[in-house]
Amino acid sequence: MPLSSGDLQAIWLTVRLASVVTIILLLIGTPIAWWLARTRTWWKGPVAAVVGLPLVLPPSVLGFYLLLAMGPNGPVGHLTQLLGIASLPFTFWGLVVASVFYSLPFMVQPLQTAFEAVGDRPLEVAAALRASPLDAFFTVAVPLALPGFLAASTLTFAHTVGEFGVVLMIGGNLPGVTRVASVQIYDHVQALEYTQAHELAAVMLAFSFCVLLALYTWRSGPKKGA
Amino acid sequence: MNARRLAEPRRFLSAAATMMLLFTQPRHVAARDLGNILLEKGAEKLSIAAAADLKFAMDQIVTSFKDANPGAEVDVIYGSSGNFNAQIQEGAPYDLFFSADIAFPRELAKNGFASTEVRPYALGRIVLWSAIADATRMTLASLTDPKITHIAIANPKHAPYGKRAEEALRASGLWEKVESKLVYGENIAQTAQLVQTGNAQVGIIALALALNPELAGKGGYWLIPDNLHEPLEQGYIITKRATDNALAKRFAEHMSGKSARTVMTKYGFVLPSESADKQGDSD
Repeated sequence: MPLSSGDLQAIWLTVRLASVVTIILLLIGTPIAWWLARTRTWWKGPVAAVVGLPLVLPPSVLGFYLLLAMGPNGPVGHLTQLLGIASLPFTFWGLVVASVFYSLPFMVQPLQTAFEAVGDRPLEVAAALRASPLDAFFTVAVPLALPGFLAASTLTFAHTVGEFGVVLMIGGNLPGVTRVASVQIYDHVQALEYTQAHELAAVMLAFSFCVLLALYTWRSGPKKGA
Repeated sequence: MNARRLAEPRRFLSAAATMMLLFTQPRHVAARDLGNILLEKGAEKLSIAAAADLKFAMDQIVTSFKDANPGAEVDVIYGSSGNFNAQIQEGAPYDLFFSADIAFPRELAKNGFASTEVRPYALGRIVLWSAIADATRMTLASLTDPKITHIAIANPKHAPYGKRAEEALRASGLWEKVESKLVYGENIAQTAQLVQTGNAQVGIIALALALNPELAGKGGYWLIPDNLHEPLEQGYIITKRATDNALAKRFAEHMSGKSARTVMTKYGFVLPSESADKQGDSD
């Protein structure tokens, strides 16, 4: 059963969105996770709680706040107007901003766990060998935490692919711009196009299963070689 | 140390997977389960699926119905007519279905999901509405103004008001000119909300929504001539599952009674001719 061009467009858009979000979150999430793993200040708890919020919050809460914040009267809307960039709702980059919030814990938490598992000792040894903190981070901590990076990136990518509620609320359902695969399936179902819904849903199901299978197989695989 | 390093993230992963299951699953089954819980036998209960354009009118009609029928429990679920159509075919526990497009209840009746014939209850109208500009001075041609970058309409693929909006834009020869500015709401209430928050400068929404107090204070509206689109003929049915539900029949009578008609008129609905439902005036 060949997918329609609209379905393919939705899949390609979803892949682009998830890739961009994963890259941005690698850049933003890594320092946050590193800080959370190493700090002893009292506000580690509040920061960790804020980072974890999207795990618990209904997507409608995030969608509602983003809709108001990004609108012409909201703080983000004011900022984008001031900077002369186009407004964020109904755009690809609006979805990117929303997804960065939405998927933040899926990047930060596995990374934090991985950094904590590295422990102080390797970094102390690196420091004793006169490695600068930055040098030690890239040559010691990052390689040791590599499994964590892979897990975090995979989860972030997969979670962004699975996004629905927030996109529905701020996306405006534009083909090729904000109509991601999950929204496309919803539209098919609403229009009673069950055949098309089935085809695309099957693709999503197979994709999600393969991602998790690869992740778990890989997690239990290379242990003996390490 | 190596073993621990590997074990920790894995524990997180299974925890995360469990959380994902916990958080994603209930969303899809919740509506039906909730319906089942609400409709356990006992007190007289009614579950109504209503098109989103009825939001404010139906709230008032239900209030007056409850006043006339003390003890009756009435739940109204607002949403997109197309969605309700699909849900009822899959056994959703609604006793009455008020659709913004009479085609949906007709289809349900044809497929044996209705216990009554399809009854028309109103004609809807569409308007241009804005929260930030004076829409009373606009016409459809104003939409080509380059200052307007986003125009919200309901999704024409499945929302009746979206279909009529598309027809009106096509009939005015504007569709090609404004298509790139269009953003789509999932139903007509969400479309209004995209305009209300200013994310879209203007939208084509239901007159009934533009007349509600929340929106009426802002911007104003321009009535789109109804010769530009097919009529928004709205109809309802009592569903198959409510065949023996006396309360559903009483609500249907109430709907064609004087107080309900007054409310509907107040929200800009054009009502079916008086003669068609005279028997309802006893309410």
